[in-house]
Amino acid sequence: MVNKKKKWRGFQEFLYILPFLIIVAIFSYYPLYGWVYAFFDYKPPKPLSMDLFVGFKWFKTMVENPVKVKQILGVLRNTFAISGLSLLFSWFPMIFAVFLNEIKCVPFKKFVQTVTTIPNFISWVLVFSIAYSVFSSTGVINSILMELGVTTEPIMFLKSAEHVYFKQWLWLTWKNAGWAAIMYIAAITGIDEELTEAARVDGANRMQIIRHITIPSILPTYFVIVMLNLANFLTNGMEQFYVFANSFNKEYIQVLDLYVYNLAMGSGGYSLSVAISILKTVVSIVLLTATNKFSKLVRGEGFI
Amino acid sequence: MGKKKIDEYKSSGVHYKQSFGDRVISIITYIVYSVFAFVCVYPFYYIFINSISSNQLSERGKVIFWPKEVHFTNYASVMKIDGLFDAFKVSLGRTVVGTIFAVFSSAFLGYMFTRKTLWGRKFWFRFVAATMYFNAGIIPLYITMTNLHLTNNFWVYVLPMAISPFYMILCKTFVESVPNELSDAASIDGAGTLRIFFSIMLPIIKPILATVAIFTAVNQWNAFQDTLLYITEKKLYTLQFVLYNYINQASSIKALLNGSTSGTNIVASMAKMQTATSIRMTVTVVVVAPVLLVYPFFQRYFTKGIMIGAVKG
Repeated sequence: MVNKKKKWRGFQEFLYILPFLIIVAIFSYYPLYGWVYAFFDYKPPKPLSMDLFVGFKWFKTMVENPVKVKQILGVLRNTFAISGLSLLFSWFPMIFAVFLNEIKCVPFKKFVQTVTTIPNFISWVLVFSIAYSVFSSTGVINSILMELGVTTEPIMFLKSAEHVYFKQWLWLTWKNAGWAAIMYIAAITGIDEELTEAARVDGANRMQIIRHITIPSILPTYFVIVMLNLANFLTNGMEQFYVFANSFNKEYIQVLDLYVYNLAMGSGGYSLSVAISILKTVVSIVLLTATNKFSKLVRGEGFI
Repeated sequence: MGKKKIDEYKSSGVHYKQSFGDRVISIITYIVYSVFAFVCVYPFYYIFINSISSNQLSERGKVIFWPKEVHFTNYASVMKIDGLFDAFKVSLGRTVVGTIFAVFSSAFLGYMFTRKTLWGRKFWFRFVAATMYFNAGIIPLYITMTNLHLTNNFWVYVLPMAISPFYMILCKTFVESVPNELSDAASIDGAGTLRIFFSIMLPIIKPILATVAIFTAVNQWNAFQDTLLYITEKKLYTLQFVLYNYINQASSIKALLNGSTSGTNIVASMAKMQTATSIRMTVTVVVVAPVLLVYPFFQRYFTKGIMIGAVKG
């Protein structure tokens, strides 16, 4: 009797969450059906029919068609360069947090923390608008450079094919570093004060305390960040690169996510676009599983 | 090292005396962080002072440290741009509705997945949580939205983002930390699943809901991609999208605005004549202002918010 009642209650509870499950099914699972378009020669508005079936044609195109191969290699180079730069400098927020913690003047510390976090909360469109205002030919940087006589012609910072990766990395860092540092600041706050005091009594100076106490205690956090970076290696998002793209830098700024978008919306390569995003998803899941396994091996726990 | 000895040591004052090396490090840190802070603050300040300065000067990049020939007509002018006010309403609408949806669904699902009696609890939990790790891609999503008649529809801003596995898990972890006795006692008193949720759980998990609300709201306000993909009808453009268009077509808007406002006294209005720069800067201030205004209030939720990324499913 009690058991039956419990079962009925469980089913009732299931009915409560059913509407939510349906939303998840519609917006996350149902679209997966669209993956079949990768195996057809889809040209809307013509509906999909069996005589458009092309099998693995698009997957073969990626490795056989010389034009596409060149394009895709370029896109991969951009993706690897930008993700690689982020990975290479992933320690920056950690060091930022470590030295920020060394500041004894609390109001100044709070101020720095507050203002460096702001950019994280504005959209890429706004970042671009700011970039445009500051770096365009009549922007503040060019105004100052010309006033000082460093250059007579305004320097085109945004409309240029030079240092694209580095510039994009700078914008990413400008937007995210302060925010990313918060996690490390929280980790540093968790360090046992007696540990640092004891070291100080033993005659350790600041650099020694940083090296032997602060950094080792936050390394586990850093490790997780690196693993997540690796897992998301192919995912740069498209917004940043979409807004910063122009005819000068397009060869270098087109990362995988943007390429998939451009193929789909720009050049009508619908099926190829789907094929590439399928491959990307598969590789990303493999990367995630691998890094998670590795993390389990090293730290004894994964992050999924 | 005993606690007492450390206290003694602290009070002795000796340890506050910095060595020469320490002092050099101190000075360098202050300088470096001042530069960081400046780099983060100045662009906002620069855009603001340009939006209230003489448009002729800002056009030529002459406004750098402080505003010159202050006037506020730019703000009145941009309001006349076709569609800006509509865009503001759409952005505000999606932020409010989207946040309510996301907060409620995360709280409710987070709570329901702690109910041991729930039929198929583990399976359904994984069913929702797994969606964090894959994405069907642009074309399949576009086709889905078309099939559901959600393109050029306000609800495309809200429904796909209504359920966030991240926030759901965050809420679930929080609910799990609430002692069981509370809901047990309530259920002995005859409260049902829903009753427990609304009158006991919701008030308890308020702090975490505040975090979820803030982060969803900022995401909604900043969203750009969905307009780009699914919306072609001007009425449904968001502020972010409109701003992006303005940056790229500021010169045509300039002609439009000046044509409609050209008064009799041309010389006097030169400084207030709209330029591509003035429009761009002013709209930027309008779009960024809401985020900066609420920023001080949600700052205290940061540490919780950052945990979202590190949460385990």
